Amino acid sequence: MHELSLCESVLQLIEQQAQSAQFQQVKTVCLEIGQLSGVDAEAMRFCFDSVMRGSVADQAVLEIIDVAGQGWCPHCAQTVALQLRYDACPNCGQFPVQIKDGEQMRIKHLEVV
Amino acid sequence: MCGVCGCGDSHADQTRHSHVFGLKPARMLQIEQDILSSNNQFAAHNRRQFAEHGVLALNLVSSPGSGKTTLLVETINRLQGQARMAVIEGDQQTSRDAERIGATGVVVRQINTGKGCHLDAERVGHAWQALAAQQDFLFIENVGNLVCPASFDLGEACKVVILSVTEGEDKPLKYPDMFHAAGLMILNKTDLLPYLDFDVERCIAYARQVNPAIEVIMLSARSGAGFQQWLDWLISQRAAVLSHAAAG
Repeated sequence: MHELSLCESVLQLIEQQAQSAQFQQVKTVCLEIGQLSGVDAEAMRFCFDSVMRGSVADQAVLEIIDVAGQGWCPHCAQTVALQLRYDACPNCGQFPVQIKDGEQMRIKHLEVV
Repeated sequence: MCGVCGCGDSHADQTRHSHVFGLKPARMLQIEQDILSSNNQFAAHNRRQFAEHGVLALNLVSSPGSGKTTLLVETINRLQGQARMAVIEGDQQTSRDAERIGATGVVVRQINTGKGCHLDAERVGHAWQALAAQQDFLFIENVGNLVCPASFDLGEACKVVILSVTEGEDKPLKYPDMFHAAGLMILNKTDLLPYLDFDVERCIAYARQVNPAIEVIMLSARSGAGFQQWLDWLISQRAAVLSHAAAG
């Protein structure tokens, strides 16, 4: 739902980078989006082009790396796959499972000219 | 390095490649930066400011229509004269809530988020500076939305999620991020419980499923039932801010 403002934050970070790393154009933006981050990759793609229009990242290609959700179940003392943020442990059905991976929303790298 | 195009490839095998002369080659920049890092920096700044000024800042979040503004007006009326309070109001449009709050006599700033669905830390920081008044309590009434405000730290000491009993008891499961992020859940409009099928125990169990540490206060801003518990909670949280500041 807030993917529009996330895209605006991405652009802000790109513009800061353009100043410090001295580039004129971004060709590719690579994001890492965890399955448990609450970010919808499709909505992100939808907003991306319109937010980047007229900027240094106009026409840039958006690459999204999906990161699967992973948690640690203290009851069965093992790492488990999580589909949703507050799912019960798929092995023992208990709560809570500590989230270990899949919460991130990061800019991984930029391909720039 | 290739002396023709400077691309970094040795081309030892004499392969041709498709560089167009006159264009600079693209390069990779490793960024590894959180998308929300800019908001988080502003939030950290706000948090320091609030702590330095001994302000307990609370971020009030809920669905639209849970009774946030009525709860705030009642809170202000009851603490008036005992504590200095200020309010930052977030709404997509209009200053209707700010006018209701302003009628109580406390200082208030309205932020209209326009197309945005949440308050962000930078706008809250500016609004707080513009308040230009000493406070004990800063209430930030976020946009009525149980999704987006969960991700945006404003620098508050605590998120307070307000759920009215006219909503479904399964809201904590449907919007887990918000109930996970909150330190306190207020079950509001409890005066209506006799007319509803709302299962209080189940609602609290759902909230604790996503956040085992969440505190719960049941009250009715309209009848006043349970209100003292909320006021006591506010005063104890503010005392914690002061003792923390003294220790720090």
